[in-house]
Amino acid sequence: MSTLRVRVLALLLTAIAAAPAAAAPFVPQRDDVVLERLPEKGDPALAQLKRMRAALAGDPRNVELAVSVARRALDAARMLGDPRFLGQAQAALAPWWTGDDVPASAWLLRATVKQTQHDFAGSLRDLDALLAADPSLAQARLTRATVLTVVGRYADARRDCAALAGRASAIVVIGCEATPASLSGQSAAAYDALLQALAYRGGDAGVREWALTLAAEIAERLGDLDAAERHFRDARALDPRDAYLKGAYADFLLDRGRARDVLTLLRDDARNDSLLLRLALAEQRLPEDRHAFAAHRDELAARFDAAHRRGDSMHRREEARFRLAIEGDAKTALALARDNWTVQREPADLRILIEAARAAGEIR
Amino acid sequence: MITRIVAALFAYALLAMPACAHKASDSYVTIQRDGAALSGRWDIALRDLDNALGLDVDGDGDITWGEVRTREADIAAYALPRLRVSSAGERCMLEPVSWGIDTHTDGTYAVMRLRGLCAHAGPTLALDYRLFEGLDPQHRGLLNFVENGESRSVAFSADAPQRILGGETGGRLRQVATYVNEGVWHIWTGFDHVLFLLSLLLPAVLWRHARRWESARSFRAVFVDVGKVVTAFTLAHSITLTLAALSIVVLPSRWVESGIALSVVLAALNNLMPIVRNGRWIAAFGFGLLHGFGFAGALHDLGLPAGSLALSLAGFNLGVEAGQLAIVSLFLPLAFALRSTWTYRRLVLGGGSAAIAAVATVWLVERAFDVGVFSALAAR
Repeated sequence: MSTLRVRVLALLLTAIAAAPAAAAPFVPQRDDVVLERLPEKGDPALAQLKRMRAALAGDPRNVELAVSVARRALDAARMLGDPRFLGQAQAALAPWWTGDDVPASAWLLRATVKQTQHDFAGSLRDLDALLAADPSLAQARLTRATVLTVVGRYADARRDCAALAGRASAIVVIGCEATPASLSGQSAAAYDALLQALAYRGGDAGVREWALTLAAEIAERLGDLDAAERHFRDARALDPRDAYLKGAYADFLLDRGRARDVLTLLRDDARNDSLLLRLALAEQRLPEDRHAFAAHRDELAARFDAAHRRGDSMHRREEARFRLAIEGDAKTALALARDNWTVQREPADLRILIEAARAAGEIR
Repeated sequence: MITRIVAALFAYALLAMPACAHKASDSYVTIQRDGAALSGRWDIALRDLDNALGLDVDGDGDITWGEVRTREADIAAYALPRLRVSSAGERCMLEPVSWGIDTHTDGTYAVMRLRGLCAHAGPTLALDYRLFEGLDPQHRGLLNFVENGESRSVAFSADAPQRILGGETGGRLRQVATYVNEGVWHIWTGFDHVLFLLSLLLPAVLWRHARRWESARSFRAVFVDVGKVVTAFTLAHSITLTLAALSIVVLPSRWVESGIALSVVLAALNNLMPIVRNGRWIAAFGFGLLHGFGFAGALHDLGLPAGSLALSLAGFNLGVEAGQLAIVSLFLPLAFALRSTWTYRRLVLGGGSAAIAAVATVWLVERAFDVGVFSALAAR
């Protein structure tokens, strides 16, 4: 055997041995091999968050700095769908994480972090105490209304929204009211109020994007699909990166059978679990994307497995959808959807519960 | 041919930098135990290490192999103190053997291969995991524990940083056997318990008459007397061992250990200047309650597997009883045969009791005042 052929064979064997076995650790050949790209690369806001966290490490009881770090970390978590930032937000609030001798600004963020962890009971406990001490806190009231809506307590949520009148701009009060009202049989009135508030040009871009997303969701439930599409697009124009909005719009497109549009929308969002799920659901319907679908299906299975290993149950709604629509396992999907329903009760939670129950033959 | 090789290598290069998922922070620990020896690996996300140690020295947002390789000692010095592995109450040594890189669903991880050794191979391993404590309360340590060809998964979190593992692999029978064995060894090597028991048993082959020791006439009477003492002791320490092991009653170990030493002193002195005669079983019961707390302390160090608490506890207790019976069955015929001799009465009963009282007095001082008399003497 010639030296060249031996070398070629060795190279081949190395490639074969290295490629499939992701579980075997390797030692990079050179020092300049880039192993990881940190999220702050090319993102000045995240780079600043990192500097602020370093400053906070040297002054951990500085409430002002801690609150600022927690708020920025929460924003990053929502924007990127990256839960590591939620851990950072909680860490910043560590001196005020337990007990009730807590400055209002830190307490509100504590309730917000708990809500992102789906600890709705804990979040409501904090917000109740906060509002009992100071009923004029508008942001706390709005947050409580949101949590109450997620757990399906619409009447309580609307009471909070009504109490916001005079303490927040009209568009915020109406946006607060819109979802619980629309789910209590008053969709048309809630929708009209939202449109009026939007026409009045109130609120900053963030508030308007939020209100437009709410309008899109209500219009879709009302069956006015053209209006819904228009609201989604207007909202996207205001903030094309909002992961919640992308997910809601992707679901709208999937229900209309527009899988290809979903691919365009979510092409760069495979990092985010719930957006990857929508991407896979779209690819599943496109025969020419079956390879991408298979890879994303396996990736999702691995991520749900990883979540189970760490004892997370936050993504039961998404996992139920995955088990039902992608794996065709109605029984597991139903169990997940049932568990999920005990914690959160949004329209999407009810929908997956009904779909899973129907597929499992429990209802017709 | 060449083209395909190039293609394969290119694919590999792509695999090394996947589009990573977002996931909360986890580290992956595998610990394999073989007797006192430990081996394993620990995968920690580079992003998290950067968060704790600032790996990205040049601040360009990229972590290179050079930035990891030159910080291996720092990473080990940060991580290893935050993973405490203990066996039989003593911390096991853990050290890095080699380093590598691996990818998980959410990015690239540093891989530390580990080797370790425990001073004593107890039935269980106690783990205390606190990596990134204070930096990320949502961080989890996902442990895979391998023993006897079986593996178990455990998730550590800020709310649950401690777990006791092991002692439940290899089937129920094996597990009970492990704890029976530990119980036997504990009574045999726990000199305070043995000396207490012997102090109570030494006079059993004699009886006190007109301020003098007389030989007991029937073996039967002696057997009944010994049986009463042993049963009372067993009953008492079983009760308190169970209460303490289940954390129903908890006493400070310094009081318990001092009390046990005192019980040995009193039992031995009673042989020299008899006060309690026929009621020795009552003393056995009373002080036995104290000794049970002592056994519980030893069992606590060994650790009880959460999954089979009752079984392990029963096994340990059974072992203690078996070890105790072995001592009694060795002692009784010998003492009965020698009971009339001068050697037994003066040397064994008199001298032995005096020696026991002396040793136990030193223990009492050591334990009550937390000083090392024996160790200070040994150090000279």
